[in-house]
Amino acid sequence: MHLSPSSSRVSAPAAAAPKLRVEGVSLHYPDGKGGHVVALDDVSFDVPEKQFAVLVGPSGCGKSSLLYLAAGLNDVTSGEILLDGKPVHGPGPDRGMVFQGYTLFPWLNVRENIAFGLKRKGIPAAERREIVDHYLDEVGLSKFADSYSRHLSGGMKQRVAIARALANDPQVLLMDEPFGALDSQTRLQMQKLLLRVWEKSHKTVLFVTHDIDEAILLGDRVLVMSARPGRIARELTVPIAHPRSMDQVMEPEFIALKRQILDLLHPTQDTEQDAE
Amino acid sequence: MANRRSLVQRCLTPMTVLPRSTMVVVGVVMWVLFFLIWVGLSNGGVVPPMFLPTPTAVLHTGWELLQNGTLPMHIWASARVVLTGFILSSLLAIPLGLLMGTFPVVQAMLEPIVNFIRYLPVTAFVPLFILWIGIGEEQRVAVILFGTFFQQLIMFSDVARQVPRDLLNAAYTLGATRASVTWQVLAPASLPGVLDALRVTMGWAWTYLVVAELVAASSGLGYISLKAMRGFQVDVIFLAIAIIGALGLVTDQAFRFLRLKVAGWAQ
Ligand SMILES: Nc1ncnc2c1ncn2[C@@H]1O[C@H](COP(=O)(O)OP(=O)(O)OP(=O)(O)O)[C@@H](O)[C@H]1O
Ligand SMILES: [Mg+2]
Repeated sequence: MHLSPSSSRVSAPAAAAPKLRVEGVSLHYPDGKGGHVVALDDVSFDVPEKQFAVLVGPSGCGKSSLLYLAAGLNDVTSGEILLDGKPVHGPGPDRGMVFQGYTLFPWLNVRENIAFGLKRKGIPAAERREIVDHYLDEVGLSKFADSYSRHLSGGMKQRVAIARALANDPQVLLMDEPFGALDSQTRLQMQKLLLRVWEKSHKTVLFVTHDIDEAILLGDRVLVMSARPGRIARELTVPIAHPRSMDQVMEPEFIALKRQILDLLHPTQDTEQDAE
Repeated sequence: MANRRSLVQRCLTPMTVLPRSTMVVVGVVMWVLFFLIWVGLSNGGVVPPMFLPTPTAVLHTGWELLQNGTLPMHIWASARVVLTGFILSSLLAIPLGLLMGTFPVVQAMLEPIVNFIRYLPVTAFVPLFILWIGIGEEQRVAVILFGTFFQQLIMFSDVARQVPRDLLNAAYTLGATRASVTWQVLAPASLPGVLDALRVTMGWAWTYLVVAELVAASSGLGYISLKAMRGFQVDVIFLAIAIIGALGLVTDQAFRFLRLKVAGWAQ
């Protein structure tokens, strides 16, 4: 399963070069008793350009850890993370991220939040305004441009976070369970919104979730992780064409894939009723 | 009406929300009660006037001292010392404390010393300061500076430490440099906490001031209190206490207002 020696992959033709490559990445956390916990163990996978890749796995299997490494917010213990073939060192605007918790800057209004990265890049005010207006419209928050985060619902906050990340036009968008804290109704709306936005932009996305429906609905490819230590157990391609819609969760391909993932995540459990 | 709780029931419910009017009325009632007890004890002759002046006597003395200019002079003397000490302390403690909370290196350097000094009562240092600095205004400023600085340092470092990590991480992934994360994220995120800590420590600064003035001073509210004790002028002591209380209330409200103005987003 794991292609640990890197030489075999590097020789692949340049045209097929992945946008994001995770190569033999391991991550140890100190356990506070002088030893360490293995959070990730020799994880390797590629995300080709314009692909929506989804990581699923049980809680605590290292999904967030992996995303933080890709973002450059933490250092690998061993292995390498490459963007366009170049190793990443530290965080940068080429890898945008939407976090598991709410991370809007509460002292800035929605518009200023979305403009944060653009301002750092030195984009002139007029152009900035145009870009912000575009993404406000994309996430349906034009009316809330001047609101502050304390007046926004959880779903709205995550929409701003998505707009903020997209406005910066990153090479890769990393999303860590962005809808994990939302109620199921809002979650559905957010999934629809993200599908629509992605089908227009075709960003390279690495999306983390532990909701299997969400993984199949959004992803082109699903990477199933196993826990303790975190490893990629299987890579699955989602055979459903775009544009996608919510109704497709009832289709046989969808259900078959869902059963396959459920079996990987809970090998001993009977999945009959879950798959219904 | 039937299924609504009565006001009494609501007052007895833990952690409940009461209407603003009830809160105000209860507060006013307490003040009225306080004055009634005072009037009862003093005017009623329960406590001799040598120990407890009547409210009118205090007001009268206050008016008199205001007219002849001694009261404004002493108030200004006290306020000047408190403000100088407090502002100096804050100017040093805000950057240093925030650095301490932000950079583990600075924390490792300062925390052991600060935690040692923090538990020493500032009063223990008053004789030392008198010996070193004398009994002038500088000595009182030093007492306040010493009393507030180390407490502030710890409070400000806690403020910085409580800024959510992912707020900084979000800024980094949006292309912020370390400098801009510091100024555009850490600084604004710390502002409400800093203002709250300032409000609390300002109260402490007043306490240290009076301590310093009782020991060695030739002006100020603590000083006139002490002088009044020697002359059995209990009304002046009461006046000094009331004014210190009122000044405390004013600065407290000023900080509240400032907090609302510059960090209203954190309500
Ligand atoms: N800073 C840390 N120090 C020590 N251990 C950590 C740290 N962060 C994470 N871990 C451990 O590493 C493992 C992976 O954590 P991680 O947050 O990446 O999991 P996750 O898959 O994102 O989980 P969830 O689905 O609950 O968000 C867990 O066992 C966790 O306890
Ligand atoms: Mg996580």
